[in-house]
This record gives sequence, C-alpha cells and structure tokens, in this order.
Amino acid sequence: MLKGIEFRASKLVIALALMAAGGAALFSLSRGQFRVAGSDLTSLGLLLGGLVLYVGVLVIVGMFRNETYLSIALLLPSMLAVAIFVYGFIGWSVRVSLSQWTGLIPDFTWVGLKQYTDLIQGDQRFAIDVRNTAVFTVGFIAGCLVIGLALAILLDQRLKGEAIFRGIFLFPMSISFIASGVVWAWLMNPATGDRITGINLIFQKLHLDFLISQWHSTPQPWGMAFTVIPAVWQLSGFTMALYLGGMRSISEDLREAARVDGASEFQIYRHIIMPLLQPVTLSAVIILGHMSLKIFDLIVALGRKDLRLDVPGIYMWTTTFDGTKYAQGAAIGVLMLISVAVLVVPYLIYSMRTEAEL
Amino acid sequence: MSRRSALHALFYVLLIAFAVLYLLPVYMMLLIGLKPITEIDLKTMWDLPTRGIRFDSFIAGFRQLAPNLRNSLVMVIPEALLSSLLGSINGYLLAKWRFRGSNLVFSLVLFGMFIPYQSILIPMVKFMQAINLYGDLPGLVLVHIIYGIPITTLIFRNYYAGIGTEILEAGRIDGASLMGLYRYIIFPLSAPSFAVVIIWQFTQAWNEFLFAVILTNQSHWPVTVALNNLAGSQLVQWNVVMAATLLAALPTLLVYVFLGRYFLRGLMAGALKG
Repeated sequence: MLKGIEFRASKLVIALALMAAGGAALFSLSRGQFRVAGSDLTSLGLLLGGLVLYVGVLVIVGMFRNETYLSIALLLPSMLAVAIFVYGFIGWSVRVSLSQWTGLIPDFTWVGLKQYTDLIQGDQRFAIDVRNTAVFTVGFIAGCLVIGLALAILLDQRLKGEAIFRGIFLFPMSISFIASGVVWAWLMNPATGDRITGINLIFQKLHLDFLISQWHSTPQPWGMAFTVIPAVWQLSGFTMALYLGGMRSISEDLREAARVDGASEFQIYRHIIMPLLQPVTLSAVIILGHMSLKIFDLIVALGRKDLRLDVPGIYMWTTTFDGTKYAQGAAIGVLMLISVAVLVVPYLIYSMRTEAEL
Repeated sequence: MSRRSALHALFYVLLIAFAVLYLLPVYMMLLIGLKPITEIDLKTMWDLPTRGIRFDSFIAGFRQLAPNLRNSLVMVIPEALLSSLLGSINGYLLAKWRFRGSNLVFSLVLFGMFIPYQSILIPMVKFMQAINLYGDLPGLVLVHIIYGIPITTLIFRNYYAGIGTEILEAGRIDGASLMGLYRYIIFPLSAPSFAVVIIWQFTQAWNEFLFAVILTNQSHWPVTVALNNLAGSQLVQWNVVMAATLLAALPTLLVYVFLGRYFLRGLMAGALKG
C-alpha cells in the first residue's frame, strides 16, 4: 500500500456516492427545471448538488492524510470563485467592451477602443456623469472629513454621554442607500409656495427663508452637490469613528508633555494630534473616495433616474439592461474599475507592505 | 463660570445640534408613520399628531413590503451563516499556513471587495443565466457569498493572526490534525469574529441593491428593490412610503442598536484596520 494513505473502503464508497449524487444533480438541473408542489427548486438543488459533490471530493482528499492537499482542497473553491467572479469576469467585461455587442444576441466583433473613445470624446451623457462624479466625490470626501473630524474632536473631550452621541452619529451607516435616498428625497423636497414641505418648511417656519433651497433640483452642476448631504449623513459617523480611534491610540503622555510645555488644547490638536492622524485621513480618503466613484443606489433612490443627476453606475445599468448596449455598458464598467483601481491598488500594496514588516 | 465649563457647555450645544440633525430623518419617518391618515398633509408634516397615534401607515406599508421582507430574510440568513463559515476556514488557512506567494494571493482576493460591481455585471448575469441560477434567491445568495469572500476572509485572518502559535503547537503535540486544530482550538475561540462577520454580511446583503435588482425577478425581489419601486410609484401615498422605509430599515437598525459594537468592528476591518 502507498504510504500516508488511510484507505478505507467504506469511506471511499461514501465519497464516490456523494460525488455521483452531486454530479448527477448538477448535470440534470443545469438542463431542466425541478419543481416540487409548484415551487421552482432548481437553483436550490444546484447549490446543494454542488455542495454534496464538494464534500465527496473532500472525503477523498482527506484520505491522503496530507495537510497541504487538504489545505488546497479547502481553499480552492473560494479562490476559484474569486478568480472567476472577480478576475475572470473583469477580463470578460474588457472583451465585451472591445466589441460592438448591441442587442440581445452577443456580438464579439472586435472594434478596438471604439466604445471608450466614443464615451470620452463624443458622449454628452458620459461627460455629465464624469462631472457629477467629480462634484460628488469632492463634496462627499470634504463633508465627511470635516464633520467627522469635528465630531471626533468633540467626542474626544470625554464628556458624559459620549457613547450615546457616538451611537447617534453612527447609526445612519446601518441603513441602506436606497432607504436613505427615499427619506432624503422627501426632506429635500424642492416644491415651493403652497406645496412647500420637508426641510424647506422648517426654514420657512423659523423665518430663515433665505435658506430655502431647490436642493438637488438646483441647476447643474450645483444640484449634484446636494446629493452629498444624505451620503455625508450616512458616512460622516464612520469617518468620526476612524478619527476617534486614531485619537484614542495617541498616548496621553504625549498630550501631558505638551501641556507641561505650555501648549493650549487647540495647539495640541493643531501641532501634535493632527499630524499623527494623517494616516487615518489617508485611509478615510481612500475608503470614501472609492465609495463615491461607485455611487449608485443612493442616486437611484434620490434622483429617480433624473438625467441631470446621472452617474456612471446608473448609465452603465440603463444602457446595458434597458438599452441592450452591452459593449458600451461594459466600457463604462471598465472605466469605473480603472478609476477605483488607481485609488485602491497603491493603498492595498502599501497596507500589505506595512503588515509584512510587522 | 470658568472658561473650561463654558467650553464644555459649548461642546454640548454643538453635540446636541448635530444629534438633532442626524436623528431628523428617523424622526420624520416616525412622525408621519404614526399620524392618522386624516392628518397627513404637506403643510403640517412637522406638527405632532393632535388626534392620537395610529399605526395605519405602518400596517399599509407592511402589507406592501411583507413578501419582500420575507425574501430578504430568506436570502440573508443562509448568506450570513455560510459566508462566515467560509470566511473562517479561509482566514484560518491563510493566517496559519503561509505558502510562497500567500500574501500576493491574499491581496488579489482583497482587491475583490473594492471593485465596482458594474465592471463584472454583464458576465455575471450571463453566467448565472447559463448555469440556471438566475431569477430567484439561491443565485443571489451565491453571489453575495462569493463577493463577500474578501471581507470575511480578511476579518477572520486578522483575528486568527492574533491567536498565539503556542496554543496551536501544543495542540500539535497532542496529535491534533489540521482540521482537529480548527475544530477544537480555533473554532471555539472564534465567537467574536463570527459575530462581526455574521452581522456585517447580514447588513450588507440586506441593504444591497444592484445585484438584487439585476438577478431577481419581481416575485423574488428583496426589500431594497421593492422599496425603490414603491417610492417611485405614483399610486402609493407618501405616508405609506415613509412607514415602509422605516420597516425596510428596521432589521439592520435593530442589529446596530443591540450589536453595534460588532458592527463597528466590521466597519473598521473594511478600512483594512483590522
């Protein structure tokens, strides 16, 4: 017998049976429907079939009593899934974006960079999208950083009720962009005169009429700037938590030493704490920046596909699935990916390097 | 009044002002949802109800969203459990078993959590259609699990990296195998990370919109898709929309209120802060 193999006929039979059952389920379900009592169980059956097949494979690998094999067998499904669903699909998208596929039937005729040059040079809607994304990104990052830092400094004073305030500033993060967009669309209702409502109504009641605003219906590009408000509402608390975490990790001795040297509290923040928080700011800018380059559902719920508030994510969605311009949609997706990668890849490399040094 | 206490008073005023602003949307949803229908009026939307509290709007909102709340629940629970299990095993193997290039593999996996999903959408839809996993919830569960692999692996890997190797070596001497170590030493220590990951994945999948709207047909719509549709409808009164929005947000809000600690840790992990 081979060394290192723990062979047991019963185990082998079980493994083969599992693999056969799982394989048969996958094979038959991928071709036809499976209905029980009127409900379609095809997808569920497919998933379970795959799982059963995999358990069978694991049992066989387990018999070899080799930990490297077992590790590979355990990691492989995840790694394969990421390889296909992230990198494989990106490659496929790139290929689609270099084709002229329009309509429901795939057409991979090579047209080179035509989709990209059309978007960048002649497409007015895409030009608006780029401008809107720029306005949103700048406003969103600036708003989150300023408010987040202000809140963190306020909470850093170790006042009573700190936990309650922290909870209040953070809770919007747990709400979906869709729900947030729906609510804020009502708060930022641009109606005037008899139909005035939402925050504008509050301004009117407080006799602050000069603050009454058309919100995101303001002529562009400034209307886009108002879409930042719900986004900042949701993520300034997160920024605050990042800053507060950074402040709390600065040792009290350092502040004490500065006080002994006669520094005021303001000077301590300005000259000691802020410089030490620069890495936190960098993380926050990267995280918030990549979110705003991808912003999609918030604008869908807030702007209801209003073209003046269009962003690349929405353009990609509508041109692909409503307009069946697959090649153009893929090109927009790839451009979004490139913009995010430029921001995130250096940060990932940096994070991995610093971790490796630890 | 000393200068210090004056400063403290100022801080409190600022904190309370911010708190009021942050709570305003929730206050509006509650206020409008709890008013009798007869008192629903644009002009008086900020006035307190004068004729008592009624749950009509919430009942109507619940009627609208009930099937979708159910869909979301059916989708999110297996999704959160399975992705935490998968993340735990991945995290364990990647933390304790350093092969050549394991850091590169890990970085490549991590990149997956930053990509805009528009860049994989077309192939993903075609793929899911081709393998017959399109239109209902199991397909959506699978997609959420796969795109959740980076963050779940990250959270567990960072957590396991902090567990000393001594305890594992002791287990080795006692004759435990790779999976024996996981089962008897690592897994029992993992409860906090499981809480973080389950809560994180629950919140993410509950709130997600793009995959949900593309991969499911109308009878399988999760709550975000249905809510977006409801809000765009001219036929539904806005008090019902407000109540429905609060209902749609309630599960993740409750999770946050009661388990916020763990939620925050997931958030920080997303910023690669461990």
